Amino acid sequence: MSDLVNVGVADLKVSDNSDTLVSYGLGSCVAVAIFDPVKKVGGLAHVMLPESRGKETAAAPGKFADTAVPHLVQELVRLGARPKGLKCKLVGGAQMFEIPGSRNKQAGLACGPSANIGARNVEAVKQALEELKVPIVGEETGGNHGRTVRFDTSSGVIDITSIYFGQSAL
Amino acid sequence: MAKDKSGRSLSELQIDALREAGNIGAGNAAIALSQMVSKKVGLSTPKASLMRLSNVPELVGGPEAPVAGVYLNVTGDCSGSILLLLEEESALSLAGLMVPGDIEEADDLTVVKKSALQETGSILSASYLNALGQLTGLFFKPSVPGFAVDMAGAILDYVLVDLASSADYVLVVETDFMVSGVKVLGHLVLFPDLGTLSKILDRLGVPFE
Repeated sequence: MSDLVNVGVADLKVSDNSDTLVSYGLGSCVAVAIFDPVKKVGGLAHVMLPESRGKETAAAPGKFADTAVPHLVQELVRLGARPKGLKCKLVGGAQMFEIPGSRNKQAGLACGPSANIGARNVEAVKQALEELKVPIVGEETGGNHGRTVRFDTSSGVIDITSIYFGQSAL
Repeated sequence: MAKDKSGRSLSELQIDALREAGNIGAGNAAIALSQMVSKKVGLSTPKASLMRLSNVPELVGGPEAPVAGVYLNVTGDCSGSILLLLEEESALSLAGLMVPGDIEEADDLTVVKKSALQETGSILSASYLNALGQLTGLFFKPSVPGFAVDMAGAILDYVLVDLASSADYVLVVETDFMVSGVKVLGHLVLFPDLGTLSKILDRLGVPFE
């Protein structure tokens, strides 16, 4: 029986049961959906920051791009996915506010667009995917609007909802 | 009971002290807002509570609910951020009261209305900070405000990142506005950086045990 499973901030879930994985209200966070269309297993990570720098990774591997991607791949392979048959779709990484001179310590910026965090998240996810040779087959990132993501793990289709642009499928 | 990251909880006394700052701040804000819109603006006695960050979207109808957010960074003797959250409905009626225009535009957030809301967030935050500053002798400096209307979750996840994710618990000061007799509900959410809350409570004379 397939279910609707919530994937909260910094969370990571996988399914071989045709579940739909949902992340509500993504801002600068990135939803990383990786799936094997043949084996019908898929997983979703709600990535919040680009780099773990060795912190908190055990508790929340889904929080950082550089830990979420390998962890997701590992979990999917454990569920029977073929490492070479994996595909990825990315959604999110928006810039919600523009505040002149905002600090954003975690992003390592003393000043300037704190903004960059969404784009940096996307960049970091792409780099991690590149290292594991997982191809990106769909992407809807950037902009300055929030998105809700519903990822059908059996078909690999992502349903995106936004207040400004309504509904679309990826 | 609400606890902060290190597992501490706020006592009744501490909540009272923070609410008192809210009271004084609300008084200051009401005067400033009245002057801005040339209307009588009242602000209710605020409720202060410590709340799990992940529960904040529930205040305004869940992570997908459309909200207006005004966001500022705070620097100075203490650091953190402040976010004013208004449900879309509240934002529209507040903006409508502040910038009376055509009825046809009632459901539209025009540039002028957005700017009015942004200014409201700025005034409210600054008023609360000033009150807190007077009571603690600490100096707070708010940044220029950012403004967005979007899903509550999207607005909060941005703030979360900006906070370096140090705060699991945040201080929420709930405020009712009365503009020309119409009531609007707003939530002023304070995100103290690590150590900031205990510094403030120390100065207020109600330190953590």
